[in-house]
Amino acid sequence: MMSKGKSYYLIPYYLWIALFVIAPVLLVVYYSLFDLEGKLTLNNYVNFFTPVYMRMMLNSFWYAFLITVFSLLVAYPAAYLLTRTKHKQLWLLLIILPTWINLLLKTYAFIGIFGTFGPVNNFFDLVGLGEQQILFTGFSFVFVSVYIFIPFMILPIFSALDEMNLSLVDAARDLGASGWTTFRRVVFPLTISGVRSGCMAVFIPALSLFMITRLIAGNRVITLGTAIEQHFLVTQDWGMGSTVAVFLIAIMALFMILTGGSRKGVRG
Amino acid sequence: MKNRRRVKNKNGIANIYLVLVFLVLYAPIFYLMYYSFNSGGTMHKFEGFTLDYYREVVADTRLMIIVINTLVIALLSSAIATIIAVIGALAIHHVRSRRAKNTLLSLNNVLIVSPDVIIGASFLILFTIVGIKLGFTSVLLSHVAFSIPIAVIMILPHLQEMSPTLTDAARDLGATRRDVLTKVILPIIKPGIFSGFFMALTYSLDDFAVTFFVTGNGYSTLSVEIYSRARQGVSLSINALSTLIFLFTILLVIGYYYLNQRKSRPPVQIAEPVAEAGVPR
Repeated sequence: MMSKGKSYYLIPYYLWIALFVIAPVLLVVYYSLFDLEGKLTLNNYVNFFTPVYMRMMLNSFWYAFLITVFSLLVAYPAAYLLTRTKHKQLWLLLIILPTWINLLLKTYAFIGIFGTFGPVNNFFDLVGLGEQQILFTGFSFVFVSVYIFIPFMILPIFSALDEMNLSLVDAARDLGASGWTTFRRVVFPLTISGVRSGCMAVFIPALSLFMITRLIAGNRVITLGTAIEQHFLVTQDWGMGSTVAVFLIAIMALFMILTGGSRKGVRG
Repeated sequence: MKNRRRVKNKNGIANIYLVLVFLVLYAPIFYLMYYSFNSGGTMHKFEGFTLDYYREVVADTRLMIIVINTLVIALLSSAIATIIAVIGALAIHHVRSRRAKNTLLSLNNVLIVSPDVIIGASFLILFTIVGIKLGFTSVLLSHVAFSIPIAVIMILPHLQEMSPTLTDAARDLGATRRDVLTKVILPIIKPGIFSGFFMALTYSLDDFAVTFFVTGNGYSTLSVEIYSRARQGVSLSINALSTLIFLFTILLVIGYYYLNQRKSRPPVQIAEPVAEAGVPR
């Protein structure tokens, strides 16, 4: 009641929402309607449904999917074991610490590690596998991305596991459930929200990475992110770049609605 | 007896797994640091110890200017972003209707969940249309813009934790709106403001993708510079630089935790733990 009138102080925040949240999305949609010559057209959308872009989109999804699955496979056990350690907050901090180091520097390290004369190839030589081309392949792209994303997967799963009521696990064991059954029927369902936010924190950025593909995968792997960067900064075809962006936004929104919706279902 | 041994054994495997994860997580970082002292000039054969690359980094005026640019942008943008975020958190907190609140929160979170390429590309369009020259201003504005939502998320729980009776009491005792804000609300949410500022700082220092889009010719931040150098191949001055950055980061983290430790209040549960760590940029 009394806050009527004098709300001028709220202006900067609402201005930020209008200018930097709503306007950019509208501008991307607007620009997707223009071709290279600045003519109003729907050609960009037509182009998007040609095999070139479709393959790129499938590729992008496939890699993002692989990255998410491998991150989850590594992170879940790690998070589980972390909750069982003494001083777990300290260990968690040590997991988070590498995320504060610039992502480009970590990526750059792998140029050396995976390089022709790097330690991995030395090891291969020693074992008798011979030198392999590791850099500039899909494998190195997935590996480095998983490396980068693992902490972001561990963190939400860790908090979900940490919040879980341990007496439920004891109850399951007392009732005769095996370790695996307990995990499958009790632990995993109870931590699904953490898994979900972890997957979201990995999948969406994985769809749009472009620096790792450029540095580690050469130009072998092309994702939606690489395509947008290419169109905006190299070929200057902002229209087509915006069209790809529109689809990426749509996919993201869909993803959020799907995961957000079901999350409400679980909690409610 | 048998049972206990099995548990112990399991613990052994568990520890090995954890150690392995930590090893993989830290190996690249130490690999970079190790070779920064290699006189051989490559990242695969250690020939001898040298500090040449550190000298190179320190003597590189261009690089020093870029480091200063990065710090100026980070400090300035997080300060501005934190101020606007306090306003934003108050705005969200004061909204009565649940629906309006959720809408505001979703709008707030758009930039947190958006892929960086999209943020970068859309800001590039925005600045071009408005006529802002690419360079310091555009980079600063973008950093302010993407830091605001994370700071809001850090401040909001503190506001929600605050008992409404406190502000009511202050008003009953005759405090003006301004007094309530500066003498009651702000001191209470101070820890949130600090963590918001700190998160904004790390976001800004780390950002690559967005800056890459909105930086023009002649203006560069560290991440952009590292990217362009790394694209040209291995150069050990990057290793030396990264070692210095790593040490700086550790100092920053220790400082932050020291500050947090001193506050003897129970830690506030943050709704989205991912937000706390920051999604890679």
